[in-house]
Amino acid sequence: MSYKKSYQIYIIGVGGQGTIKTATIIGEAAMAQGLNVVMSEVHGMAQRGGTVVTELKIGDSLSPLNEKYSADLLLAFEPSELLRATSIIGKDTNIIASCSSIIPFTVSLGISKYPDINQIIERLSKKVDNLHFIDAEKIAIEAGNIIAANIVILGAALATSKFPLKKENIIESMKQNLPIKSIDMNIKALEMGSKEYLKVSK
Amino acid sequence: MKLQDIYEKKEGEKLFLLGNEAAVRGVLEAGISFTSTYPGTPSSEIGNVLAKIAGEAGVYFEFSVNEKVALEVSAAAAASGLRSFVFMKHVGLNVAADAFMSTAYTGVRGGMIILSADDPSMHSSQNEQDNRLMAQLAGVPVLEPSNPQEMKDFMVYGINTSEQYKIPVMMRTTTRVSHMRGIVELGPIKPGEKEGFFKKEEPGFTIAPAYARKMRQELVKKLNQLEITGNNSPLNRIVRESKKNRVGIITSGVSYNYVLDTVNKYSLPVNILKLGLCYPFPRELMKNFITNLDDIIVVEEVEPFLEKEVLSIIGQEGWQKKVYGKLDRTLPHIYEYNPDIVEQSLTQVLKMGVPEKNPEIDFTDITPPMRPPVLCPGCPHRSTIYGIKKAVQSLKIKKENIIYSNDIGCYTLAMQPPYYMADYCICMGSSIGIASGMSKATKQKIIALIGDSTFFHAGIPPLINAVHQKADIMVVILDNRVTAMTGGQPNPGILTDIGGEKGMVVSIEELSKAAGAGYVKTIDPGDLDNSVKTFKEGLQYEGVSVIISRSPCVVFVKPEKERLTYQINQEKCTRCLICLRQFNCPALYQREDGSIDINYLLCTDCGYCVQVCPQKAIEVKK
Repeated sequence: MSYKKSYQIYIIGVGGQGTIKTATIIGEAAMAQGLNVVMSEVHGMAQRGGTVVTELKIGDSLSPLNEKYSADLLLAFEPSELLRATSIIGKDTNIIASCSSIIPFTVSLGISKYPDINQIIERLSKKVDNLHFIDAEKIAIEAGNIIAANIVILGAALATSKFPLKKENIIESMKQNLPIKSIDMNIKALEMGSKEYLKVSK
Repeated sequence: MKLQDIYEKKEGEKLFLLGNEAAVRGVLEAGISFTSTYPGTPSSEIGNVLAKIAGEAGVYFEFSVNEKVALEVSAAAAASGLRSFVFMKHVGLNVAADAFMSTAYTGVRGGMIILSADDPSMHSSQNEQDNRLMAQLAGVPVLEPSNPQEMKDFMVYGINTSEQYKIPVMMRTTTRVSHMRGIVELGPIKPGEKEGFFKKEEPGFTIAPAYARKMRQELVKKLNQLEITGNNSPLNRIVRESKKNRVGIITSGVSYNYVLDTVNKYSLPVNILKLGLCYPFPRELMKNFITNLDDIIVVEEVEPFLEKEVLSIIGQEGWQKKVYGKLDRTLPHIYEYNPDIVEQSLTQVLKMGVPEKNPEIDFTDITPPMRPPVLCPGCPHRSTIYGIKKAVQSLKIKKENIIYSNDIGCYTLAMQPPYYMADYCICMGSSIGIASGMSKATKQKIIALIGDSTFFHAGIPPLINAVHQKADIMVVILDNRVTAMTGGQPNPGILTDIGGEKGMVVSIEELSKAAGAGYVKTIDPGDLDNSVKTFKEGLQYEGVSVIISRSPCVVFVKPEKERLTYQINQEKCTRCLICLRQFNCPALYQREDGSIDINYLLCTDCGYCVQVCPQKAIEVKK
């Protein structure tokens, strides 16, 4: 048996942004597509407004944890959180990040500084071929509810050339994992996210 | 996936399950009919799922008052012939240790599984103790699953083993297994016995010395038999073997995943032994595995548990072999492993050149902002601790003369700036015991902070102690009507409804009075002036004062009445920043122009900040 490399996904955000939900949608879609998938999530204390990381590997791997400089896809729901994911970013990592900052209380207390996002972009662009910022909150509001910002980012991921899952499987998985009453709005957010990615990645 | 799928889906179907959810399916497939816990991360979701489905799935489930009681009720069920399952986080087993050690001696009749969810790297714990050592200390067999599928399958294997040998079995998971999601193929559901019957017979379950000596003999006999079982168990298997290979890896739990991924990735020439029933050590199997090897690498998380046994076998046989692991520093002795750590260690031992990875992007000069967990916007605890601070300030007690003895719960977060209200906090219930001792050891003022669930769990005996020893302390019970930090579980202070059965409500006020506290008052933290006044009285009271600050958790309890929306009156606001820098609600922020505003995405309309503003600049929105 020859070893086939897994597709590695790293999702980072702040507690309450829907990182676990997004990853679960991806995972169940992968299973429906007949692929093996493993996922790692964070619960408990880390959720109270702290950083939340969720990781997936789609393929033959037993462990869901991304390897150093090896992520295929990095989704950042908050831009400064990209700085906490630098160890898994490689030249081939496709990065999709939301532009909307969430300023932690440590900044208002003056014990920590919020970084200059332009500086992050400048630095990352030198090393990574694919880096895309998306105004996910604005698009989500247009779709119907700011809460769907994570689905906008998922839509952008879906539009990347190497994403291994089909749109119909993602939508079916969304139906299983999101409230029925908001499903149309979420599908709209997904599609708008895909469209936005195609626009910005040109 | 819907939660009902866990008991509705049939044999052969597949679900994408969290390790903890897979354990619940395992309960149903193992014919277990009695389950109990005290919530603790990383085991909490097992209870959250059981609380929702136990009734329909025909299983008894309770959130017990603490882990010791949880273990005792499940032991009682197993002694009555039912199959039982008790689960907790690793440090929960410390609370349950007394009952745990003795249950190994008495044994069980129905099968019993004790799940310990260890937390290497301390994602949400105070230590990273390896409870395989606790099991060895007690003489309890240990199962170590590597993924959700095994978490389910090992429940079935474990319950049968437990029942066959009349001994409780430990399932040791770690955070990365409990919180790993993977595809699980389901087996058939086996309905459990509905009603147990406790048969009276000698020596029964009374562990007096004369009986205990016999039980000790029995226990060692059981463990010797289980060692033979382990040598042939399907849970202990040689995953790869070639006569040509001179290097072998022995591994268990989550480490196995990293080992196999690395071995596959680089086609490493190694033999692999995976241990799922790792204690009693399957010594014959381990001996046969290593007999033809020159080098053995042991990969396991936290303590060198298997590694020391490998060394003991080699020593007994008088062999010359090299063992790589934690003891020779090939692998780290602290924190959890990951693919990179294991890859680096394996390739180093095998002297393999690994293709160099992309150089790291240099980010040393830009750092992310610190983002520690915080009390939620609208959390009543914030108002309680703010009120305490105000009372202390108004009594002009010097900073160095006030000691905050904190406890385990969301309010532990008061340790952070700007509050700095946790000088001491070591374990569940310790706030009152430590306060009691501090009051005897020093002349300083001592405030104990403890939550409702933690008070019920381990706060009552130390409160009795403090009263009896005439300690001079103020105990603040932050009663948010739920066990919040672990995800919103009930506790004896509130009406519960699990499996269709309503529980009785136990009063914190009555308990405190019955314990002998001389000053007992209940406040609403939403009324700041009254809170400050009451805290001042409590602090000035000579003896044990208990103040119950009661207001429901903003996340897990729905507000009863409709709330008003607030706004900042920019004309009144002097930008004193008290709301930001002292009260510190995450829903308040400073704009670039220096003005203060409310982030309505986060704001819960609690209105606590209104009383904090000295200018009365936070007003009802018109």
